[in-house]
Order: sequence, then structure tokens, then C-alpha cells
Amino acid sequence: MNIIVCIKQVPETGNIKIDPETHTLIRSGVPSIVNPMDLYAIEEALRWKEKLDASITVMTMGPPQAQEALKEAISMGIDRGILLSDKKFAGADTYATSYTLSLAIRKLAPYGLIFCGKQAIDGDTAQVGPGIAEHLNIPHIAYVRKIEEIDQDKGIVKAQRLMEDGYESLEVQIPALLTVVKEINEPRLPSLKGKMRARKAEIPIWEATDLEKEGEDAFGLSASPTQVKTIFAPPSKAKGEIFTGEASIIAQSLLERIRAQKII
Amino acid sequence: MDYFLTEEQEMIRDLARRIAQEKILPLRVELDEKEEFPWSIMKNLAEADLFGIYLPEEYGGTSGGCFELCLVVEELSRVCAGVALCFATSALGTFPLLLFGNDQQKKKYLSAIAQGEKLVAFALTEANAGSDAGGIQTTARLEGNEYVLNGTKQWITNGGEAEIYTVIAMTDKARGSRGASAFIVEKGTPGFEFGKKEKKLGIRSSSTRELIFTDCKIPKENLLAREGMGFIVAMKTLDTSRPGIGAQAIGIAQGALDEALVYARERIQFGKPIISFQAIQHMMADMATQIEAARFLVYGAARYVDSGAKDISKISAMAKVFASDVAMKVTTDAVQILGGYGYMRDYPVEKMMRDAKITQIYEGTNQIQRNVIALQLIKEKAKGK
Ligand SMILES: Cc1cc2nc3c(=O)[nH]c(=O)nc-3n(C[C@H](O)[C@H](O)[C@H](O)COP(=O)(O)OP(=O)(O)OC[C@H]3O[C@@H](n4cnc5c(N)ncnc54)[C@H](O)[C@@H]3O)c2cc1C
Repeated sequence: MNIIVCIKQVPETGNIKIDPETHTLIRSGVPSIVNPMDLYAIEEALRWKEKLDASITVMTMGPPQAQEALKEAISMGIDRGILLSDKKFAGADTYATSYTLSLAIRKLAPYGLIFCGKQAIDGDTAQVGPGIAEHLNIPHIAYVRKIEEIDQDKGIVKAQRLMEDGYESLEVQIPALLTVVKEINEPRLPSLKGKMRARKAEIPIWEATDLEKEGEDAFGLSASPTQVKTIFAPPSKAKGEIFTGEASIIAQSLLERIRAQKII
Repeated sequence: MDYFLTEEQEMIRDLARRIAQEKILPLRVELDEKEEFPWSIMKNLAEADLFGIYLPEEYGGTSGGCFELCLVVEELSRVCAGVALCFATSALGTFPLLLFGNDQQKKKYLSAIAQGEKLVAFALTEANAGSDAGGIQTTARLEGNEYVLNGTKQWITNGGEAEIYTVIAMTDKARGSRGASAFIVEKGTPGFEFGKKEKKLGIRSSSTRELIFTDCKIPKENLLAREGMGFIVAMKTLDTSRPGIGAQAIGIAQGALDEALVYARERIQFGKPIISFQAIQHMMADMATQIEAARFLVYGAARYVDSGAKDISKISAMAKVFASDVAMKVTTDAVQILGGYGYMRDYPVEKMMRDAKITQIYEGTNQIQRNVIALQLIKEKAKGK
């Protein structure tokens, strides 16, 4: 079976800056990591690799430096990576991104399973995974916390979808797309041999001309129905009160304040 | 400081550092308190391919050597020397096989060792044979196609947890030190049992146990090298592994300096961070200088061992003695810098000081190492070198 894992390279949180003109994230110069949720997708694919005798491809759409994220996945044990990179892809919203990824995935047919992380820590939309499935016209299960069964003969996958008040057990036809939550597993660290393999790995770059699109404006900002009007930091909470002075006096004032609020 | 590591050595160091930070750091206090063997971390190290770094590729290793081992042991020890010891001892126990094993023996055992599926231990010491290894009383008697082992080994690191044991026993007591031989003994062999587990000052997550052999029969093929080679196997093994103890010592010392630096910047007395006092600054300058000197010596010794040189006893002993003395001094000073807080279990430096002490004792005490160095100096002088 062919398994595909879609990952995203994201800025390390705490370092995020926004371009005041385009209202998109400034990515250059910021340390990048594999989106933490995607590590669970990579891990889950790896756990099923042997049982399904699968070959796993990891894919990302991003700038040239995003190949580092693919190499990280390869160092964990993924077989190969493909980078979708073209100026035309830039500024894509979740619709255009999932469309572009779906075109690339079509080129890898036949595929059995596609894994994505629940959401990316920068955009936080959780839309790209399900979006890919819709563009491919295949079923998906989002927020998977456990895969109960994958039966290649019957062509089904059974999985538990995490809900706020429990979980649902769902069964869908293969090929299918699953987005996973962190409850599903504990991602492994890279291995030395994996790192050595990743260092040598050639990552093919697919550009817009490599994909068979429909229509003219298929990619990037111009194909994105979502237009970001403003991005703003939510107002931070009111400043806390800072007590100064000797420790015993500080403790006393704090106690009074807590009592006044009837917390104790 | 740049130690001119290859890209692969950097990968090894970075992987070890990441495991130390992400996996060992959250567990180290608990492992120390509960004296629990760190199996989950052994699994992390195995998955990262680190058990094979000094083993040939044909057995699933990555063909590094003593130096690569030192890099890993140093990084792990910087966070927890007890966990590092469990890893390092597996290499100690494997050296006899690697250096003296025949093809069949290597084929049989090395792949599982490289994958970290099986841990190894090395058993020389007995109740009456510590520094004087010539005093060992465990015997191995050839009967048909089997050796029959009788006796008790003491203070064996990884005892009970390891699957494979390299054991030194007397095959011919009359021949004295030429009458010892080295054997491979597998856990689960009838007549091979584990005795009491020691309660220790430091490195408490590692296990230290007795191995008890009562008419324990092992196949003749488990003899390493030839009969009578036991002490040569043991000495060459320890010469090869001693820089690793040096690396453990540097790691502990570096970890203690790291903690002292953080603390000294934060602790305010007399209205200033204590790091602004020259007495503290000079202490830290000495600590850092001693660590760097030890690191040069240990790395140099490890690289010399890996060069295939024969005369490694002296430099290995020097690396072990110097680095372990530095570790004891630096950790004691780190506790001093943290003052009363340093003495408490809420801070990690008291553990580091407890852990450091062992590096001056095992794999040959520092007194014995100085004997080795001096003897070598005398020999060299006599040879007119
Ligand atoms: C935690 C721990 C783990 C260990 N793990 C292992 C293991 O995995 N495998 C193994 O085989 N052994 C192991 N050992 C044993 C260790 O190697 C010995 O403890 C060490 O070699 C010293 O022997 P001893 O303790 O009997 O001390 P002794 O030999 O009794 O020495 C006592 C003191 O006398 C000094 N002394 C002795 N002889 C001389 C001399 N000729 N000149 C000057 N001073 C001398 C020593 O330096 C020391 O200070 C371990 C020990 C410990 C504590």
C-alpha cells in the first residue's frame, strides 16, 4: 500500500511575526520546525508500515527550505519526500493549499491512506486535511485518536474520532484520509541511520507546471477565496498587580487580596 | 571550542543531547529516588541506533569507535550519569567480544547488541578480588563439550538486566594470572542466578548485582580467545573503555557547571546576583578550565584508542584519572556555589556530586590508575624512550 503523509513546516511558536502589508506570516529568518501535530501523523504511518507492507511518502508545500522538514520525516523512517514549491503557490489559503496538495497526491495514485496532523500551530484551521479529502473525493475521518483496524482485503479502515465528550467509532472505505490528534501515539525521535539516509536523500521539487490543474487561477493567493482582512493580536489580559517589598509583607498583602476575592 | 567533529559525529552528539533533554531530564529525579532501571530510555537509545555506534556495519553498527561512544556517554551524563552508565556498560561488556571474539561468536551476538535488543555486562570483580583482580576465585572447569562455572561475582553493573555477560574465571588456578579465561554467559542458563542488588550513594538508576554460578554449564564455544587469555582480555577491554569513564566524568562536571551558572545569575545576596562576586567567578573559571582540559585529554585518548595504537594503557588511565578527579572537584564546587540549596534534593547538583564519586573508583581506582601510569613511565625510561 502507498501511504502519504502531508506535513507542514511552521515557525517555532513564540517567534511568529506578521507582514503588515500582506497579512501573512513572515517565515524567513525564523527557526522552523515540523508542525508538532504532524509528527503524530508521521508516527502513525510508520507504525502501520510493517503491517501493511507499505511505502510511505511525505509531502509538503512550502518554500525551498521546507525540504528540511521532509528530511526530518525521513530521519524518523519515512521512505521518501516530495516538495511542492513554486512562487505561484505562495499566499495560498486552506482551499488553494488543499487543492494543490490533492493534485500532487493524484500523481501518486494508487494510494491507500493519507495521514495529516489535526491542524498546524500557525494557522490553526484544521481545514487542510479534510480539504484534501474533498478535492480527491475520498472519505476522511478527522481527529483520529486510535485506528482500530485497517483491512486491505475488505478495503476499510476503522478509527475512533475524538469528540469533546468521548469518541465515535467510524468505518470508511479505503482510500481514505485521516487527521490525527496527539492522543494517538508518541512520536519517535529520529535515528542515526535515518539521519544519515536523510542527509543523502534527494528531494524532488514539483512546481506548478508538474501538476495537472483545472482552470487558470488554480494556485496561490489568487486562487484563495479566503481574503485575510486583518490579523491582530488579541488584547492581552489586564496587567497583574505586582507586589514589592519584603517577602512577609508581600505574602500578607497577597493573602488579603485573596481573602477579599473570597477565594479562600 | 571546536573539536572538529565529522558531520556524523555531530549527528550522534545531537541525538544523544536530544534524548538526554527530552527523555532523561524529566525522569532523572524519579529514577534516582526509586533506584529504577531506565528501560524506557534504553529503548529510546536503541531506536536512535546509538547502541551500534562503535560496532562494524556488517553487524548493523555504524562503524565508529571509542570516540563516538565518548560523545554519547558525555551527553547522557550531563543530565544523568546513572542512565549513561547503563548504556556505557553494555559497550564495556561487548568489547571482549569485539576485540577477541571469533566470527561465529560475533555473528551470534553483535547484531542484537548493535540494535540494543540485548544489554551486556562485564564481570571481573569478586568479594576478595577488587584492585587485585588476580585474586578471583570463580572457576571454569572443562567437562566434555562444556565449561562448568562456580563462584560469585560482585558489583556487576547491568546485573540482572543484561542478557549477555562476559565473565572472567579461573581455568587453571596453578598458573595464577595466566590461568584465567574469558567466557560468554547468557542470562537464563541453568545454574546462573542473581544475588543481592546493591543500594548505592550515586548512579542509583543503574543496577549493581551479584552473579552467582552454581555448576553453571555453558557450551565450550563460549570461551573467548584461548584458555589463559582471561586477564589479557580484561585488561585490553578496560584500556579501551576507560576513556568512556572519562567522558562520563566530563559530562557530570559540565552538567554541574551548567547548573551553577544558572543559579549564580539568579541568586541575590547583598543586593546583587552572587555571580558578581569575584570569589564565585574565579571558582567558575577554574571549573570551566578544568572541564575543558579534561575534555581535551579524554577526546585525545579516545581518538588514540581508535587509531589502533597498541600502547593505550597509559593515556587511557590518564584520561580516566584526570577527568574523574575534575568531576569530583567541579561537582563539589557546584554544591558550594548553590550553598544550602545545593545540598538539597530539590536541586540537581547534590546528585551530580554523589554520581561523580564512582568515576574515581570503578574500572580501576584512581590509585591503581596512577600505578599504571607510573609503571609505564618507568618502563619507558628503562627502554630509553
Ligand atoms: C557501583 C559499582 C559498579 C561496579 N561495576 C563493576 C562491573 O560492572 N564489573 C566489574 O567487574 N566490577 C565492577 N565494580 C568493581 C570495581 O571495579 C571495583 O570496586 C574497583 O576495581 C576497586 O576494587 P575494590 O572496591 O575491591 O577496592 P580495593 O581493591 O579493596 O581498594 C580499596 C582501596 O585501596 C586502594 N588500593 C588497593 N590496592 C592498592 C595498591 N596496590 N596501591 C595503592 N592503593 C591501592 C584502592 O585504590 C582503594 O582506595 C563496580 C564497583 C562499583 C562500586
